[in-house]
Parts: sequence; C-alpha cells; structure tokens
Amino acid sequence: MTAVARTIRVRNAVAFQVKDCPVLGEREFHDEVVSTVRNGAWIAALYGEGQPDGSVKLFAVLADDAAHELAITSTVVRDKYPSLTAELPQAQAFERDIAEVWRIRPVGHPWLKPLRFQAARTDAPDILTPVERKIGQSPFFSMLGEEIHEVAVGPVHAGVIEPGHFRFQCHGETVHHLEISLGYQHRGVTKALVGGPNKRTQHYIETLAGDTSVGHALAYAQASEGLSRGEVPGRAVRIRQIALELERLACHTGDLGALSGDVGFQPTDAFCGRLRGDVLNLTALICGNRFGRGLLRPGGTRHDLDEARIRKVLDVLDAYAKDVRQAVDLLQSTASVLARFESVGVISKELATEIGLVGPAARASGLTRDVRADFPTGAHLVRPYVPVTATTGDVAARAKVRALEIEKSLDLVRRELQAPWRDGLTWLEPGGLRPHEMIVSLTEAWRGAVCHVARTEATGHFACYQVVDPSVHNWFGLACALREQAISDFPLCNKSFNLSYCGHDL
Amino acid sequence: MFEAFIARLQQGHRTMRYPDGPAPELPDRFVGRPVLDKSGCRECGECADACPVGALTVVDGGPQLDTGACLFCRQCELACTHGGVHFTKEHRLAGARREDLIVKPGPATIAKAYSEEIHKRFGRSLKLRQVSAGGCNACEADSNVLNTLAWDLGRFGVQFVASPRHADALLITGPVTENMLLGLKKTYEAVPAPKFVIAVGACAIAGGPYRGHAECHDGASGTLKVDLFIPGCPPHPLTILDGILRVLGKVEE
Ligand code: SF4
Repeated sequence: MTAVARTIRVRNAVAFQVKDCPVLGEREFHDEVVSTVRNGAWIAALYGEGQPDGSVKLFAVLADDAAHELAITSTVVRDKYPSLTAELPQAQAFERDIAEVWRIRPVGHPWLKPLRFQAARTDAPDILTPVERKIGQSPFFSMLGEEIHEVAVGPVHAGVIEPGHFRFQCHGETVHHLEISLGYQHRGVTKALVGGPNKRTQHYIETLAGDTSVGHALAYAQASEGLSRGEVPGRAVRIRQIALELERLACHTGDLGALSGDVGFQPTDAFCGRLRGDVLNLTALICGNRFGRGLLRPGGTRHDLDEARIRKVLDVLDAYAKDVRQAVDLLQSTASVLARFESVGVISKELATEIGLVGPAARASGLTRDVRADFPTGAHLVRPYVPVTATTGDVAARAKVRALEIEKSLDLVRRELQAPWRDGLTWLEPGGLRPHEMIVSLTEAWRGAVCHVARTEATGHFACYQVVDPSVHNWFGLACALREQAISDFPLCNKSFNLSYCGHDL
Repeated sequence: MFEAFIARLQQGHRTMRYPDGPAPELPDRFVGRPVLDKSGCRECGECADACPVGALTVVDGGPQLDTGACLFCRQCELACTHGGVHFTKEHRLAGARREDLIVKPGPATIAKAYSEEIHKRFGRSLKLRQVSAGGCNACEADSNVLNTLAWDLGRFGVQFVASPRHADALLITGPVTENMLLGLKKTYEAVPAPKFVIAVGACAIAGGPYRGHAECHDGASGTLKVDLFIPGCPPHPLTILDGILRVLGKVEE
C-alpha cells in the first residue's frame, strides 16, 4: 500500500486541480504543517475559505526553498482548531486573520486579537468581543512593574508615511516589548478580488502596496497566465524583469537614503533622494508612470522598448551607478554612521527562521531565502540567481544587503537591456481561466516574497484570491528587533525594515 | 569629512529651476489631462463600459470625464474607435472646485486652483500635515519626494511638519478607510484655524479603485471640506507641486 500524500507539491506559478489538494483531518493538518516547517519550509500563506455548509476550509501554502517546491495542504474546521502559533510563531498573523474573518478560534494562540480589524465574512457566533474588534481599543499586551511605562505612537506618525499604531512597554529607555497594531489601511481588497478578473482587478493589484506595483502585478500576471495556460512573449518577460529590478533599485536607494537621514548623515540622504527619483523616472520612461502602473498585464506588457529608450535607460543607469556608489561608499565608510548602525536591532538567523522573515531582512540575518533563486520564473529559469547575504542581522546588515542588491539589480537590468532583442509582440491575449484550479504565484519584490494564491470556480472566475505581502511576515520581525533596544532606536530599526502598511492591511 | 565634501561637489547642484526655468520634461508616455471630442460620437458607450471606476460617462451626445475619479489607465481611449478621448501630456490637473475636474468635449482648459484667501493667509509660509487614510503609498511617496533636493519644496516656504498643531493645512491621501476615519477627524481638529484641506490622488478625491467599498468613504469630501483637489493615480510630483503653487498664487494660472 502506498502512503496517501499529505500535501500536493507544485512549482511556482504552476496551476493544479483543486481536487488534487489533500484534505486532512485537523490533527494531521497541524502535524503536517509543523513538520514541513521544521524541516526547512516557511509559511507563504495560511488562510480560510468559507464553505456553503458553514464550515471553513483552511489552506496552508508552505514554501520549501531547498526543494524549490510549494507544499499545499488543507483541512476543514467548524469553530476551532489547534493553533499552530504555539509551535510555529510565524503562523501568528495568519491565524489572527482567520479568527477575525471566519470566527474560528485557534485554540492555544498566545495573543489572539484582530490583525486588520476587518469585518467577518460569516454569520457564525463571534469569538472576539466588540471591544476586541474595535481598532485602537482592542487591548494591548502590557507589562506590570513600578517603573514600567507605556509609549503609544500613531496611527498618525511624524513623517509623510502611512498610519499604524505602535505600543512600547519600556523601562527607562529600554523597550521590553513592542506591539504593532495595524489595520488602519484596510480597504477590503481580498474580498473585492473575488469574482474577478474584471476591469478593476488590475487596479486593485497595482495598489495592494503602491510602492510594489510591479512586484504584485508580476505575481498576478503569473497567476493568471498559469490558470489560463497563457504564453508570454520573450520581449515581455524581459521588460517585466527590467521593471521589477528598477523597482528594487529605486526602493533600495531610497531606503539607504532614509537610513542615512535617520542618523543625521545628510550627504547620502540628499544624494539618494535624488537618485531614487532618477530610477523612478526610468520606469516612467518605459510606461509613463513612475510606479510602473499599467505596464504589466496578464499575457505580457502593455508597452514595448525601442532602441532609443533602451539607450536612454542604459545611459541614465551609468550615471546613477557612479553616483549611487559614491553615496553608499560614503555611508559605509563614515564611522559615526556605522556606530549607529552596528549591533542595533539584531535578528539572529535562528529567530529569522522561526518567525519566517523574507526579503532583504531575512538575507541580512544570513538566510539565503530569495524567490528569484528558490522559485525562479522568467529569465531566472535559464540564468540562476545567486542571492546576497550578510551575517550580523543588525541595521548595518540590512543596509549592506540593500547596497549589494543594488549592484546585482544593476547587473540584471543592464544584461537584459544589452542582450540582443528579437522582434515581436509584447502581449498575447490570454484565454479564460480554467475552472476549479488553484495556483500559487511567488515573486521576489524589493521587500521580499510576494505570494498570491488564486482558486477558480466553475466559470473560471476567482472564488478566492489571497495576497500575502512580504510585510505580513516582517512586521513581526521589526517588533522582535526592538526587544531590549533603546526606544530612540525605533525610527532607525523601522527604516531598516521599511514595511508596507497598506500591503499588510489590504 | 573630506570625502563628503568631494562627493557634494561631484554630485552637483540638482535643484530644478522650475518654476523660474522650464518644468522638468515629462516622458512621452506620460498620461496627463484628457481632451474630449464629441464630433464622431455615436453614444455607443464603449468608453464608459471600459472604465473601471465610472469616471467616464456619456452625457449630451458626448463623453464626459471626471479627472477626479480617473485612474489615468487609458482604457477609455483604447475603447473609443473614433478618437473621442485623447490624453495629453498636460500635467496641470489640480482644481479648487470638484466640478471643475470634470472634462467636457471641447478645447483644453485648466481648472482654476487659486484662492485669494489662501494666498493672503499662507502665501508666504505654509505648513502641511500629511494624513494617509488608506493610501497605497504611491501618492504619499510622490508628495514626500517634493522634500528631496531636486524639488526642494522649502524654497517656496512650504514644508511638511510632524504635528497637526504646527500645520496650516492637511494633505490627505487615500480613500478614507473606516478604520482611519477617527484618526483623520482628530488630526483635522488638532490643526489650528484658519486651515484648509488638500486631497491628493484619485482615492482621496473620489475613492480611486476602492470607490463604493463598504470599508472606505470614497475620499475626503464626505468628511471634510476640501479646498484643493489634485487628480492622478498617483499624481506626478510636478502635478502636486503645480497645485500647491497655484492655490497659493505663486505661479500664474
Ligand atoms: S483613463 Fe480614467 S476615465 Fe478612462 S477608463 Fe481609465 S479610469 Fe476611466
């Protein structure tokens, strides 16, 4: 007798039949998720889907970096199930989402409160009280002690930045615990994506996290193309890759400038602020919009590159490369900057693994995790990508990874631009989506892994469309980075992660 | 120290000459103000059907486009087979009155943004408090970019400040989520009078892609009186700067 598979294992952006995804018993599901993660995978998505009979089907999407495979499994629950968080802290945000949307209690979750303060999508009796469901009023984790004091920041912050609430438990200057409570940006996107694709879908996707328009648009395009078995013209594959790396260049440059500004080192702050704009303008040169809106579409791209444009992008990148190197060298060779960056906000490799960090933050702690290398699509299928890492896991390491990735992205963009271009289309109209299928689509956006999971119903429309922005994983990392730090280091730590509020809140 | 000095010299002076010199050149694919033509219109409604947010309607035998709601996606332009909708590179999109953002068939005009009162009170010094209420960080980023040395907003006496107590105006982005409604109201109340409100981007003006969502309020107007609307998804920094300079009377309409 052969053992019954407890997961379905698929490649990135390859569709499969919903019926091929195993449905396990509650306990079996729990054990399978725990053991797969303990064996090196991380939770890329964990979510619920309401069933007609009032039960909820839980899906776990586990990314097995070493095997280059996604392991997916499911279970059906009614009102509760054994929480995964106690054993896998990286499940904490996902289980809170399931609890507030489907009123399912993860029994044993150590700190159950809403993740986004969103409306429930079921008539089942609530497991949270009205106060717990109220944004800003839901109780915060607090510490007791004579000299303990609490600092509350936000939702409105000092800078031009999105809203979120931070609650610090301090003893003197030292932060013992930071709780990050978000949801202020909740716009109801995942609910609205159900029933698509329709004429708003692309706009929802491009504004999931507006600074990651390309990263999310690529994930969506891959998902649609997988579900429709659509082909993407070679030119388009390359233009998408260029756009994705330009997005990374712009954001990493901006981040290094912001980190510099935060420690009062103005030269790099000023230079990078300008240089980031130069890169955004290249994206606008390609598609008219600085954030790449309207460039990607399922089936390819909406804009092509001509000879003159390619030349222009290369020329601007040459000037950018020279100036950004100077700005970054200056930052990394200034003792007063390093003194503020080093040993601040440390996340060890073990902790990064345990909480499921992604992106530059994970690589700064020594993990090689990078979708371009682990779950390649497009150009990376033929030319494997080798991730860059650092070891110290502090603000300095997160800055260093960005600096190194600027060089890598420059290389990638230049190589794509300079390789001979074969004539042809940039877009092939995709057919309809196949019914009753599922797909997981991952991309390595500048903050880290973007994960989209789609399921189609009988007519080929989305019965479910889940989005996991890298920020969902990494906000928890920021909270951990602040432990036993001086509260005055919060802005610096925060910038070293630079996470998305809207991408988290959806 | 020396290195910083040398770098400073090599990176050069980067602040643009606009508005005294020419505005920075926008790329050829930039999507700005639309021009509408009803001469060939058969009222087929395909442009309106193509629009994801209901910004385009067919009225009185021709198209009418609400640039306040528009995402500048060009779908209507593609859908119209006889050139009824055409997007130009005109970046001046801001207007003081909501109804002036609606473009009708005919020659291109620029909406008026200037306010005598705002000019008198804040023409020499304007402190802005930014509130994102569901914004996707594109409008926020392209507002913030005005602080970089390329744009150098400070040279106009305009500055983003950390506290509403120090502000003269709110610059709102996002469709105003239910979860941020109270935060927005409280921030507004904390700004000392006289004060005014700027709505930046399709979301803050009309809800953007989230128009009609139960979780949002279709922009700032339902909550606060808006004195300046700056359309776009997101508006180009030049469009935002132009709006701020025009409402203050620092550049000619
Ligand atoms: S460009 Fe504006 S009016 Fe035209 S379809 Fe897009 S959102 Fe609608």
